[in-house]
Amino acid sequence: MKPLLKILSYLGLLLTVVPSVLVFAGSISLDLHKHLMAAGMLLWFLTAPFWMNLKEA
Amino acid sequence: MEHAKQATLAEKLDSINEYEREPVPESQTKKFKSFVGMMAGEHIAGTEFVIGPLFVLHGAAAGDIFLGLLVGNILATLSWTLICAPIAVKTRLTIYYQLEKICGKRLVSIFNAINGFQSCALAASMIAVSATAAALFFNMPIPGLTDVYPNSFSWVILVALIGAVITVVTIFGYDKVAQFSGVCAPWMPLVFLAAGLSALPALGVSSFSDFWQVAQEKIWTGVPQPGQTKYTFWHIVIFSWLCNSAMHIGMSDMSLYRYAKKASYGLASAAGMFIGHYMAWIASGILCALALQSGNTNPSPGQIAYGSAGVAGIVCVVVAGWTTANPTIYRAGLALQALIPRVKRWKVTLYVGIIASLLACLPAMISKLDQVLAVYALFVAPVGAVIVLDVYVFPKLNLRSNYAEKRKIAFNWAVAVTWVVSMLAGYALYVYTKADFFFFMAVPCWFIAAFLYILLSKLTQQKEPVPATAQTMRK
Repeated sequence: MKPLLKILSYLGLLLTVVPSVLVFAGSISLDLHKHLMAAGMLLWFLTAPFWMNLKEA
Repeated sequence: MEHAKQATLAEKLDSINEYEREPVPESQTKKFKSFVGMMAGEHIAGTEFVIGPLFVLHGAAAGDIFLGLLVGNILATLSWTLICAPIAVKTRLTIYYQLEKICGKRLVSIFNAINGFQSCALAASMIAVSATAAALFFNMPIPGLTDVYPNSFSWVILVALIGAVITVVTIFGYDKVAQFSGVCAPWMPLVFLAAGLSALPALGVSSFSDFWQVAQEKIWTGVPQPGQTKYTFWHIVIFSWLCNSAMHIGMSDMSLYRYAKKASYGLASAAGMFIGHYMAWIASGILCALALQSGNTNPSPGQIAYGSAGVAGIVCVVVAGWTTANPTIYRAGLALQALIPRVKRWKVTLYVGIIASLLACLPAMISKLDQVLAVYALFVAPVGAVIVLDVYVFPKLNLRSNYAEKRKIAFNWAVAVTWVVSMLAGYALYVYTKADFFFFMAVPCWFIAAFLYILLSKLTQQKEPVPATAQTMRK
């Protein structure tokens, strides 16, 4: 389960930053970029807290 | 039943040990990764959406921005690594308890009270920044970067609610703060990066080769907006170096780095400086330029972020303000708890959160942020000098460290006079040199304090042998 959560979390980070590169390249619109960033944000915060090492020694 | 539940909660809160008046034991020290997350979270703040635009409005030139921020942030990282962290690891004490040993309980009470209030003001800035983003969800009037007073009652309610939530989270202590920052830290900088990058096409950048010309002509033009002073390379260097002077050369981050296993963990501050300050200030500067181009001459942090990053940008501003308000309220709680040690830390933190939330209702906490930071720097720079000299230099000069503790005095006059005279000297320099930037005085103030403290200590310390058992610092 943890590996799957990690994959989803990193996908969330990719969705946060990669669309901006596509906007810069003129491949997608700014509105689509904002929607993809929102999706990436949800993916990150719904998955990352469950696997990040929260009990630091 | 309800009374029993409440008693249990109070007992649980009281049992949280933050080692306010004892060295942090080795078993409780934390790894490097913890500090990277903490520093990244704290220094990628909502106020990065304020400072980046500030540079644009004050007419910084593109070259001055890129080189000045590089030099200034390197100096800041070195200040944490070479000055703050070594002393924190050596003593493992909070700055407040260390100061009490040096200057006495009565004098440190004055420092704690003022420092606690300063921290409240900073936390208020962070809460207010978060509120400018949250307000976008409710379609309410939002104060801009130049406003001073609240523009609606709904703004006041919103700020109070956000402040209340932030305060409750802070009460549960350092571990919870670090956890929350740790989760947010990887995501937030990507939002800044994405927002800045996606705004470039609208400014006329269609390829990387276009960037430098657009940067000089449309973003950092070198021409200040009407009514604003001009920021040069030196303004950028000094601001980026000393905006957190209270924490590094002022030693406030002793309270965080006392948990470090090694002094080299001071390098974790680079995560905050180069991601949070360097990259984020450049990105937010780009967003401000876009707002100016669209005719908005008084944007708010929330509006700037929403323009290029949508809902994710709004959430980023809220979270960024939150993750910085948390450790700031924590520090203020520690400062004031040292003043009234019989009151439990969580109760003091609650009172601090209430004060910060009330101050946050004033938009001036954002629009005058540079002045707040500059006053803070001038106030704490002499204190940092006193601690550094007391720990490292005094033994070499046959002067006694922790003099107030050893002599059992409540007020060390050498420290008091050093502090007041060096602050006054810093202000006098500011007036005499007709400086346009208060920050320029913090470094001279630090050295003036260092000189004065040695001189006054030589005059005031009595010539008595030091008992072997009186050594309180850990080797």
